[in-house]
Amino acid sequence: MPATPAADSVGLVTPQREVFNEPFRLACGRELPGYELVYETYGELNEDRSNAVLICHALSGHHHAAGYHTLDDAKPGWWDHYIGPGKPIDTNRFFVVSLNNIGGCHGSTGPTSINPETGRPWGPDFPSLRCRDWVHSQRALMARLDIPHWAICIGGSLGGMQVMRWTLEYPELVRNAVVIASAMKLSAQNIAFNEIARQAITSDPDFHGGYYLERGTIPARGLALARMVGHITYLSAEGMMARFGRDLKAGDLTVGSEAEVEFQVQSYLRYQGSTFSRAFDANTYILMTRALDYFDLAREYNDDPVAAFSHAQARFLVISFTSDWRFAPTRSREIVNALVAARKEVSYAEIDAPHGHDAFLVPIPRYQAVLRSFLGRVAEELG
Amino acid sequence: MRYDLTRLQEWIKPGSRVLDLGCGDGALLEALARSRQVQGLGVEMDPDHINACLARGISVVEQDINAGLGNFETKSFDTVVMTLAIQALERPHDALDEMLRIGDEAIVTFPNFGHWRCRWQLGLLGRMPVSRYLPYQWYDTPNIHFCTVRDFETLCREKGLRILNRAFVGAHREVSAIAQRWPNLFGVTAIYHIAR
Repeated sequence: MPATPAADSVGLVTPQREVFNEPFRLACGRELPGYELVYETYGELNEDRSNAVLICHALSGHHHAAGYHTLDDAKPGWWDHYIGPGKPIDTNRFFVVSLNNIGGCHGSTGPTSINPETGRPWGPDFPSLRCRDWVHSQRALMARLDIPHWAICIGGSLGGMQVMRWTLEYPELVRNAVVIASAMKLSAQNIAFNEIARQAITSDPDFHGGYYLERGTIPARGLALARMVGHITYLSAEGMMARFGRDLKAGDLTVGSEAEVEFQVQSYLRYQGSTFSRAFDANTYILMTRALDYFDLAREYNDDPVAAFSHAQARFLVISFTSDWRFAPTRSREIVNALVAARKEVSYAEIDAPHGHDAFLVPIPRYQAVLRSFLGRVAEELG
Repeated sequence: MRYDLTRLQEWIKPGSRVLDLGCGDGALLEALARSRQVQGLGVEMDPDHINACLARGISVVEQDINAGLGNFETKSFDTVVMTLAIQALERPHDALDEMLRIGDEAIVTFPNFGHWRCRWQLGLLGRMPVSRYLPYQWYDTPNIHFCTVRDFETLCREKGLRILNRAFVGAHREVSAIAQRWPNLFGVTAIYHIAR
């Protein structure tokens, strides 16, 4: 962290924790005896409690979306470009709630937590989760914080799926829904990539059927490989070429190199993989990718997205990025068309950006301007 | 507000659903929402215009009208509006059909190329018309399908479209009585309210 945080940073933040002791019924039919949620808040709740914003995180996200935990942090929270005083999600005007979902590995109850029935980590026995389980646990946190409704629910990718699910599960509690680089369900290609990631993890000899923590090990190689595959799908071909080209790390293009890492892009991927494998839990990765695979917004509405969205009451903003092939603009336009056909208020912006799926995390002027215009209007309406 | 946008509002039923193709900064939809409780949706391509719509709370979808409107369901709007945009489309006649598929009624405004100033420039000076309203040169104009009042009515007749209302205006006011009598010569902007 810089010696003093920038004027538009939320600065130092301290994660908080809420414990829910009541049994929590999950979509899979099983029950969690209770759970804990770790979360952060930025900004102040206004007097009539009408300015709350829920941040829904994506596959590998967590509660730390903005600011710094300590003065020594190398990097701020994962969405710091967008959350802060004067930023598009303006903490001078909004009270922002960002949590780590259950099943996660950053403090909320998940596979690395102790199963009270066995006294050992849940590991692979942690119940299978669906997107709506996150929505329902977020609803419990909302009640605990005494927030009557969300001015805005916002999220990218898997986060956008939670936002859409919110508008159907609790239509009266969401005023505005911002769905970024998302889809109403995964394609076969999406599921295929997730399957490669899971296979990479489960075939690591250190995986031990998911009981690696009890063996005092982690499937770091498998998880790193899973992340490398995933990461390529989050970038675009043009973006990777622009960033890495065919630049070499060692040797030259005529005779090659004996070094293990030759190309810059190799070095980058290995770094991404190894960093991630030390910071993330493999069982969580498997669980989160499964929740993604099974997400299908309209399944229980006769596979009719228009019928599904007819229940929503929120005003929507849908955003996609031109070079995103994991959740392509076409998938966002399906959301928009369904909302228009359901006669809902919806706006759509297709941002020209070379960053692929990861664009939703990157500071892009037009993307910032779109959010600023829409969210600024919401803030004005709050008075 | 541009006078054609002011003028056409009276033809829109209170509380109806309006699709505005090429909605610009959303001024028309905002006015309709305020004065007629219209539920509006704009279609626009320009990023600055899209931001302007979002900032005033107007729903707007980024979409290229030339690429088709097939994503909008049949009869999903009461009125489909297109102001000063039809002359820039690749296939204006198909756009009219699409507008009347999506909506029960349509309102179209366009610059009248039969206006005497245009005729003067083309007929007497022998130059393609350039004016305050059409400030482009022939090579850089986005307006690729100009028509006159008479041309438009001919197209409506050929398509079997009914003209429910029409008006002829300048940039800021109704044109004179003489112009109402000879709109193809004196109407600057033509406004047509049509149905099938």
